[in-house]
Amino acid sequence: MLFDALLLQLGYNATLVSIGAALLGGAAGITGTFLFLRKRALVSDAVSHATLPGVCLAFLLMVSFGGDGRNLTGLLLGSAVSAAAGLWCLNWLTQRTRLAEDAAIGAVLSVFFGFGVVLLTVIQTLGVGRQAGLEGFLLGSTAGMLFSDALVIAAGGTATLFVILLARRALTLVAFDPDFAQTQGLPVGRIDMLMMGLVMAVTVVGLKIVGLILIVALLIIPAVTARFWSERSEQVVALAGLFGAGAAYVGAALSASAPNLPTGPLIVLVSFAFFALSLVCAPQRGVLAAVVQRRRFQRRVHLRQGLLALAQNQPIYEALTLRLLRQAGLARADGVATDAGKARAAKALRDEKRWEFVRRDPANETAAALYDGLRAIETVLTADQIAEIDRQIGGPQEVLL
Amino acid sequence: MSGAEFVPLSLPPLVIGTCAAIACALPGNFLVLRRQALIGDAISHVVLPGIVVAFLLTGAISTWPMMLGASAASVVAVILIEAIRRLGRIEPGAAMGVVFTTMFAAGVLLLEQTDTSTVHLDVEHALYGNLESLIWLDAVGWTSLWDFEALAGLPPEVFRIGAALCGVSLFIAVFWRALKISTFDEGFARAVGIATAPLGIALVITAAIAAVAAFDAVGSIIVIAMFICPPAAARMMTNQLGHQVAWSVVFAAVSAILGYVLAGYGPLWLGLQDAVSAAGMIATLSGVILALCARFGPCRRRAGAPLGV
Repeated sequence: MLFDALLLQLGYNATLVSIGAALLGGAAGITGTFLFLRKRALVSDAVSHATLPGVCLAFLLMVSFGGDGRNLTGLLLGSAVSAAAGLWCLNWLTQRTRLAEDAAIGAVLSVFFGFGVVLLTVIQTLGVGRQAGLEGFLLGSTAGMLFSDALVIAAGGTATLFVILLARRALTLVAFDPDFAQTQGLPVGRIDMLMMGLVMAVTVVGLKIVGLILIVALLIIPAVTARFWSERSEQVVALAGLFGAGAAYVGAALSASAPNLPTGPLIVLVSFAFFALSLVCAPQRGVLAAVVQRRRFQRRVHLRQGLLALAQNQPIYEALTLRLLRQAGLARADGVATDAGKARAAKALRDEKRWEFVRRDPANETAAALYDGLRAIETVLTADQIAEIDRQIGGPQEVLL
Repeated sequence: MSGAEFVPLSLPPLVIGTCAAIACALPGNFLVLRRQALIGDAISHVVLPGIVVAFLLTGAISTWPMMLGASAASVVAVILIEAIRRLGRIEPGAAMGVVFTTMFAAGVLLLEQTDTSTVHLDVEHALYGNLESLIWLDAVGWTSLWDFEALAGLPPEVFRIGAALCGVSLFIAVFWRALKISTFDEGFARAVGIATAPLGIALVITAAIAAVAAFDAVGSIIVIAMFICPPAAARMMTNQLGHQVAWSVVFAAVSAILGYVLAGYGPLWLGLQDAVSAAGMIATLSGVILALCARFGPCRRRAGAPLGV
């Protein structure tokens, strides 16, 4: 069943939803990356909740003009208008008052959502026959998706991607260093507004599929996931798009494969699965990698200290140090150095002496700054410099064992 | 309106709404000042999976397991946020976004997967609450307030939210000085021997207790709105923490009472048939109050900001 769903074999509606979701997921992942890099991820939460009153007002307006009230384009337009109003309030609160951004986000989110709920109850009381199914916008409802709905979503997603492609340099620059961008003559305020506009577009487009409560996840989670895999912004953006599209596609397919599996929540959970996997397994920033790095560092420190102890004829009590020395063939089980161990120990001690000399001499300040007790001196100084140091501190002396 | 109608139908929701609003606004003051305002947002989202899991485990809608489940979910969420922030070196806002959306999604999925058709448990209920349905059938008028038999028939939410309000007030009263110092100058607070980290956790847990108790009665919209809007509005009115807390209590109570009245009677005045959502109206009113304070409050600008901006 799942396999069929992944290959788009589950009928018209499922195919439509899967493709639409993938497009949306890609657009959301890419847009969200800029938001995340700008450290304003939760602004999207305010934007998405602020769409609700707009949807309701658009519905009321269309009904009062004798229309159907369920026209997706009309509803999305309404949601865009109220999301923009929410964004304006958010900016006004953070710029003109003493409120911090997080409080402003919370205020906009709750008040707009509360007002939307009031309007929802108004719609409910207007007449049972015109029950609009607007609650579907809370958590998304893909069951009755029409081809025209899918077209609206596809068009919105594509337009968003196109704008990002055009503005990617400015967006990246502002996301990383707004002050520098300002000095470069970029209109930071307007670029921020463009970013928010894109977030708004993604939110509005995603209302139908994942709903306004969970669209935030599509904007945040893929970006955070992608950040684990790369340190380069353009790669992070591309990866976020891939993760978002992949999660949305798999989530939509999963939800089509069995009853009672709502699309929006499944997409979010699949995104989270990608995230959790990345958190653990990512090559540099992942938890496993960090553990491995820590172990490696620990071994290097132990080995180095062990060698210095051998060179100075001190007994070694630390079990790990002894084991590492023994495994490397540098010491016997009773802690006595082997020949190789003696040679390495003498070298370590000599390097330490050389470092001491380097660190005493202010002329070598930059090299001395690299001293951490582990770094081999050959990686910092040239052979000539080392020879010069050796000349000044004298040749190697015999270690009395 | 006569007491015979008002006391059983409107008094309990008014009392519950007001208590819930104040219980959330009190810790909200400190959360807003500490830039942790969105903790309330996160908690109110993760309450849903908590109560769904509690329902799955006990198989019934009963209060204490659900409150426990909700509290456990908030604790899990706070731990997860912290873990993801530290392990993944991710900024707190994004970590929060990852955690609460995922837990909320899991809650919705669980809810859809379980058969809850026989019980009153759905996403809408979790969001809007059911303030209007908390009525006191045993009451016949104002005299019922002195009638112990009738008082026993009060909706249990009254006692729970009352207890939560007392607990929250007590916490803030007892730790007032410590909270105040550690909120404004954490380094100084540590220097004078205040355990800031446990205090911060205790504040979040207090907020979670208020959120869970309030959520039970009034839904999560009010919880988020009351955590943030009254304290934020109060912040525009004064530069003194004590006054700010007092203002926030007033604002919370005003939005709860006025919001309930407007939701219940406003549409009738306009000639419509039915009432609108009280929870939504209370949140809206708190927003109106915030907007007014942000526009006209005497201390609305940042300290040191140029005038006329």
